[in-house]
Amino acid sequence: MREVDRRDFLTGAGLATATAVAPSEASAIARPPRERLPQAVGMLYDSMLCIGCKACVAACKAANDMPAEVPPALSAWNENTWDTPEDLSGRTLNVIKVYRNGTAEQKDREIDGFAVVKRHCLHCVDPSCVSVCPVAAMRKDPVTGVVTYDPDACIGCRYCVYACPFGVPQYDFNNPFGKIAKCQFCNHLQKQGKIPACCDVCPTGASLFGKVTDLSQEIERRLAAAPGSAYAFPRGRLGDDRPPNEAKIPIYVKAVYGEHEAGGTQVRYLAGIPFAKLGLPTVPSQSPASISEGLQHAIYQWLIAPLVAFVGLTYLVRCRTARNRHDDAPNT
Amino acid sequence: MSNAAPLRRNLVTPMTLVLAALTAIGFYFIALRLIYGLGAVTSLSPGYPWGIWVVFDIFIGTALGCGGFAMAILVYVFNGAAYHPLMRPALLGGVFGYTLGALAVFFDLGRWWQAYNFLLPWHWQPNSIMFEVGLCLLAYTVVVWIEFAPAILERFKWFALKRLLERWMFVFIALGILLPLMHQSSFGTVLLAMSTKLSPLWFTIWLPLLFVVSAILMGYSVVMLEAAVVTQSFRLPSEHALLSRLSRVVGWLTVAWLVVRWADLIGRGVVDLSFAGDVKASMFWIENALFVGAALVFVTPAGRASQRASFLAAAALLAAGILYRLDALMIGLTPVGNWTYFPSLPEIMVTVGIISFEILLYLVFIKTFPVLEGASHSDTAHA
Repeated sequence: MREVDRRDFLTGAGLATATAVAPSEASAIARPPRERLPQAVGMLYDSMLCIGCKACVAACKAANDMPAEVPPALSAWNENTWDTPEDLSGRTLNVIKVYRNGTAEQKDREIDGFAVVKRHCLHCVDPSCVSVCPVAAMRKDPVTGVVTYDPDACIGCRYCVYACPFGVPQYDFNNPFGKIAKCQFCNHLQKQGKIPACCDVCPTGASLFGKVTDLSQEIERRLAAAPGSAYAFPRGRLGDDRPPNEAKIPIYVKAVYGEHEAGGTQVRYLAGIPFAKLGLPTVPSQSPASISEGLQHAIYQWLIAPLVAFVGLTYLVRCRTARNRHDDAPNT
Repeated sequence: MSNAAPLRRNLVTPMTLVLAALTAIGFYFIALRLIYGLGAVTSLSPGYPWGIWVVFDIFIGTALGCGGFAMAILVYVFNGAAYHPLMRPALLGGVFGYTLGALAVFFDLGRWWQAYNFLLPWHWQPNSIMFEVGLCLLAYTVVVWIEFAPAILERFKWFALKRLLERWMFVFIALGILLPLMHQSSFGTVLLAMSTKLSPLWFTIWLPLLFVVSAILMGYSVVMLEAAVVTQSFRLPSEHALLSRLSRVVGWLTVAWLVVRWADLIGRGVVDLSFAGDVKASMFWIENALFVGAALVFVTPAGRASQRASFLAAAALLAAGILYRLDALMIGLTPVGNWTYFPSLPEIMVTVGIISFEILLYLVFIKTFPVLEGASHSDTAHA
């Protein structure tokens, strides 16, 4: 046990120095990071309020017309009647996962405890999937900042799956006509003035919808409040008149996941144990898209460099072939 | 104009029959993939959405087809007219490397029936590296066919068309240098979007430079290997004298590549990661050992003089380039979640089928069209 811990620590330290060095190097060529849109909408997922009822998973399936999922291990007795996804997949846009340790006695405790976490698209401020998509199938809404997917544009190259720092987009490999599955924040419901199904159905307010600016203030209030003090946790949409969930402020990890990761995201997480333990990937704050686009734009700005190279090469080749033809003349 | 001639040999030989059988097996599995989906044939997963069809057939396959591009730099930019006899066989490698690479990636597309969206301007997304790579790649596939076209026109005695084409050929030769410079470097830029997943042993802002130069190195090593194998197996006059001049250039270019690679690694202070003792570190050292080994043979006169050492060094350099791409695209990657990837047998057979098809078409073409210089010599000798 101690051995394992020491090795974990060493590789962790190695990675930390590596990532500490790499971005400063890369930021030299990176384009400026994207700013968060003023009207951006997002979600606050508070892992400590979540009771793991999975009502959000069921509501998500219904709202997005997604099929039930049955892992092979359960297929002997579960004939598609009970949706039991274990992770995001081509059929699941939103999933609840559990962290377990030792006796798993107490919720939100790292040792001998357990905790729950919800996984889906975080709707990046500077999304890699939008940057890498060759056919603009992934788009970021210019007002709300919701990252949407258009299956009619998509060619299925799966660069978005490859590039997403959070492991979100999923191609349905088991379907010969598969498409990319990814949470679009119930954009179709938002257009009708409704809120995403998971936030709408959540009984405790663990999934809370709202403007990112408002959600940031809500996060600050929760982190500033004294643990154990009474607090009215809003449910559904922040600022709505839905009755709140009256509970006590828990002991939060004093950090917000999604504030800086990959240039910031519109979905934010609060939790009682370290985010990495919940399976949320450790992602540096430099947005990957800013590095690749920075270099690409530097080389291909107005196509000047390629055009100059083309003219130069054409001239060079013309001179050489003219001379060669002259040399070759007696042979022909 | 050119002294090349078709090789007068049988088209049907045990070798071509084996290649044809492997090609057929490959296409059988492609048919299965189209009917039952990617999951039925491949080991792809959310953690490894790109398997060997992308990495081998496109990222590695097109680099193998860079012979024509690499030789064009030498012949036209550095005025190495002496290398001209190596041009046509090199271009022919590019013709099939690129055409079949494009074919393979088409079947790898998850929504292949919509692939034409890529060409519709209202879908264009100029920020996407993939967009630039794809367009350049398609354009170069056309250009490399045009560059090779004189051999076909000669065969069918369409000399008027050939003269017209050759008058404008300098434009296509220039494009044939520019387009691979663009997309082979952009293959590296593709990985620049992977800052959070790719190990610092490979992730660097110099990826585009390292990718394009290693593609040129792979192009040269293919030309050397191909010349050695073809002259040996068809008993044509050896081109070793010409090749040993070429290998000196390749040797010093490899040294330059290694200097950039290592200066960057040391400058970023990430060399310690190569001592982590994991798979990534092992592959890193194998890759570098192959590069260094090839460079050592090519920069020493004794190494260049030995036909056997040069052949092995060219093979090592090719392996190094392949491994560098494999590492940067797959092995150096840490996916989100506990995913592992090893290609399935059908997946491997498709790639084997595509490569077999390339070699098969290459053999058919050198026996049908005037590609090889010295082929006419051997004709008179054997006739």
